[in-house]
Amino acid sequence: MDVELLTIYNGWAADLAELPRLSIDDFRSAIINRVARGGRLAALFGLPRDGKLDLVAVLAFDRDGMLELASAPVGSSYESLTPECPQAHLFEREIAEQYGVVPLNHPWLKPVRFHHSSTAADAWGRAPDAAIVPGVTDFFRVESHEIHEVAVGPVHAGIIEPGHFRFQCNGENVLHLEIALGYQHRGVETRLTAGPDARSIHYVETAAGDTTIGHSLAYCHVAEALGRCSVPARAQTLRGVALELERLANHTGDLGAMGGDVGYLPTSSFCGRLRGDFLNMTAVLCGNRFGRGFNRPGGVGFDLEPRHADDLRRRLAATFKDVKNAVGCLWSTPSVLGRFDGFGVLSQEMAIDLGVVGPAARASGLERDSRYNFANGIFQFKQIPMATWGSGDIFARGYVRWLEIQHSTNFVDNLLDSLPEGPVKAIKPLQPAPNKIAVALTEGWRGEICHVAVTGEDGRFLRYKIVDPSFFNWMALAVAMRGQQVSDFPLCNKSFNLSYCGHDL
Amino acid sequence: MIKALLSRLKQGYRTYPFPAKEPVMPERFQGRPALRPGNCSRCGECVKVCPTAAVTLPEGRLTLDLGKCLFCGECAKACPAGAIAFSNDYRLSANRRADLELTGRETTLAEALGKESRRIFGRSLKLRQVSAGGCNACEADTNVLTTLTYDLARFGIQFVASPRHADGILVTGPVTANMRAAVEETHAAVPTPKFVIAVGACAISGGPYAGHVESADGVDKLLPVDLYVPGCPPHPYTILDALVTFLGRRG
Repeated sequence: MDVELLTIYNGWAADLAELPRLSIDDFRSAIINRVARGGRLAALFGLPRDGKLDLVAVLAFDRDGMLELASAPVGSSYESLTPECPQAHLFEREIAEQYGVVPLNHPWLKPVRFHHSSTAADAWGRAPDAAIVPGVTDFFRVESHEIHEVAVGPVHAGIIEPGHFRFQCNGENVLHLEIALGYQHRGVETRLTAGPDARSIHYVETAAGDTTIGHSLAYCHVAEALGRCSVPARAQTLRGVALELERLANHTGDLGAMGGDVGYLPTSSFCGRLRGDFLNMTAVLCGNRFGRGFNRPGGVGFDLEPRHADDLRRRLAATFKDVKNAVGCLWSTPSVLGRFDGFGVLSQEMAIDLGVVGPAARASGLERDSRYNFANGIFQFKQIPMATWGSGDIFARGYVRWLEIQHSTNFVDNLLDSLPEGPVKAIKPLQPAPNKIAVALTEGWRGEICHVAVTGEDGRFLRYKIVDPSFFNWMALAVAMRGQQVSDFPLCNKSFNLSYCGHDL
Repeated sequence: MIKALLSRLKQGYRTYPFPAKEPVMPERFQGRPALRPGNCSRCGECVKVCPTAAVTLPEGRLTLDLGKCLFCGECAKACPAGAIAFSNDYRLSANRRADLELTGRETTLAEALGKESRRIFGRSLKLRQVSAGGCNACEADTNVLTTLTYDLARFGIQFVASPRHADGILVTGPVTANMRAAVEETHAAVPTPKFVIAVGACAISGGPYAGHVESADGVDKLLPVDLYVPGCPPHPYTILDALVTFLGRRG
């Protein structure tokens, strides 16, 4: 019989005293057993308490819509979960880097973001004053006189964030791709943990700037759970509009970029413009194309006047018409489909093992969408259909986006048509309650965003944890590249379009 | 093929006639702040709410540093006397860091290059973009200039892959510790004469990341900057205006 864990819903806060504090062995087996039974590790992180470190796990059960939480005090090392639960691999590396706690027998224990530990211990035995050079690590190598290595980055050819990619190639064939990130690390979690303060909302808005709405929504849900604040229906609705506009902009941009990467310029140039049209709709809401200033704890920063709502609906209909036309060109052009079909396959088993989220998971046939499984905010009142496809290839990741564009357009139009009356801000001021743990999952355009906040005696954060969907999905990209050609990489990469800054924080 | 041609007809010609025609900014766009120092009672409410210490009252004089400003508008909301308001003006760039500090007097916009530089670069400027801790918002709104709405190439400005082919670098992000060497090396690889352009609050001052041990607090802490483009992120027209003005293509 398994130990009982703390069960909560998405967007809830619980007393820290209710969080079970297991032995590390029980903690380990509780996670492994639950993941084997269809659970998913949404977050695993270190929580410094009274000068010692606890590990905290958030397990998500997609079918039940429930979250289970557990913790365990940990010493300088513990037996790694990764060999039996691969989706823990990057979390354990992260904990090792942040606190110097070594997961014994971790098969791939390397730095994640290339910075010093926050404690006196270092998982790799480096001196506290030793220089840490990003991208310098023990890369996996295939040794043979027939093998060559291709190294790309951190600075790439286009206007794109930095990251380092190493390909082990036999001719054009990629045997293995290793991705080393950390160049964008700017201390988001560390500084958020000192909050909440005037900068907190700006950290979450720029955690991954192209997902400003997704991340700020998760932060607001956490802050509202801690402050026991009920958000007015009008604000919930407007938040839904903003979240789906963000998805529309990015999915449209991605489909255009995928067209561009196979040399099909019509869709690429049409979608480049159309993506901007969606961003400009977000600017109608709040003046900023990325939604800065829109989500604020307790509601939204801006109300929508009727003439703006009408303007948005008109623009949405016109833009969707053009997107349908532009994206339709992709599906009716054999030379495009020839490059999309069957390339960069992520099998469903692998997607489950790695804990992959978002359109990438749904393209591998997984019914994993926190708007549906962990409905919160507007999604408690209005459902949006989940889009899945089974083939797990580049086509599937593109086509799921197209399906989601259609669903989101209808959803936004429907929300704008039936905006509830009332205020857009809660009346009650938000004071985070002390000694609580709160979890919020939101479905950003890349997938599930998980924020966890733990408050101390004074109601200030003891720990603020952010898990961007890219944290899981970068490994999926590396795996999908196995057996592909080097020249397939840009297209395969674009079909995932992951965040560097969201991963590096 | 026919379908692509029909689509081309349907999608139409979409390049905005900038700068001949002024762009229409969103109604709620927060652009250049208009300060009314005469209204200021020096109560300090604006200073308290500013997340990046962009608003200050040195010797009781209301000052707003565009290089630090995230354009969140909290100061304008907090001010009981209406001394701070954000206008719809998207033209924000400057050549000197000090020119970004607004006090309510007439402010200086970016100036064009000297005559000799304009002769060389005025019709062809190649830039290497380096993201150094940027959140992908400044990057996205720089990248969007290459789409057909803005069509940057018609001004002779292009983003190139190799720093060897570039006349300068355009930096976004606060310059993280882990990107410092890459920024310096990319800059060193650009042949002289060369420019450095800082886009966004992070690249100018560190933005919300100012003061972090992981941040250099802006590219001018390591390289001389020729053009500053404020914003979080700057609107594409703010960046386009900055580049076109810099080349002397706009009065």
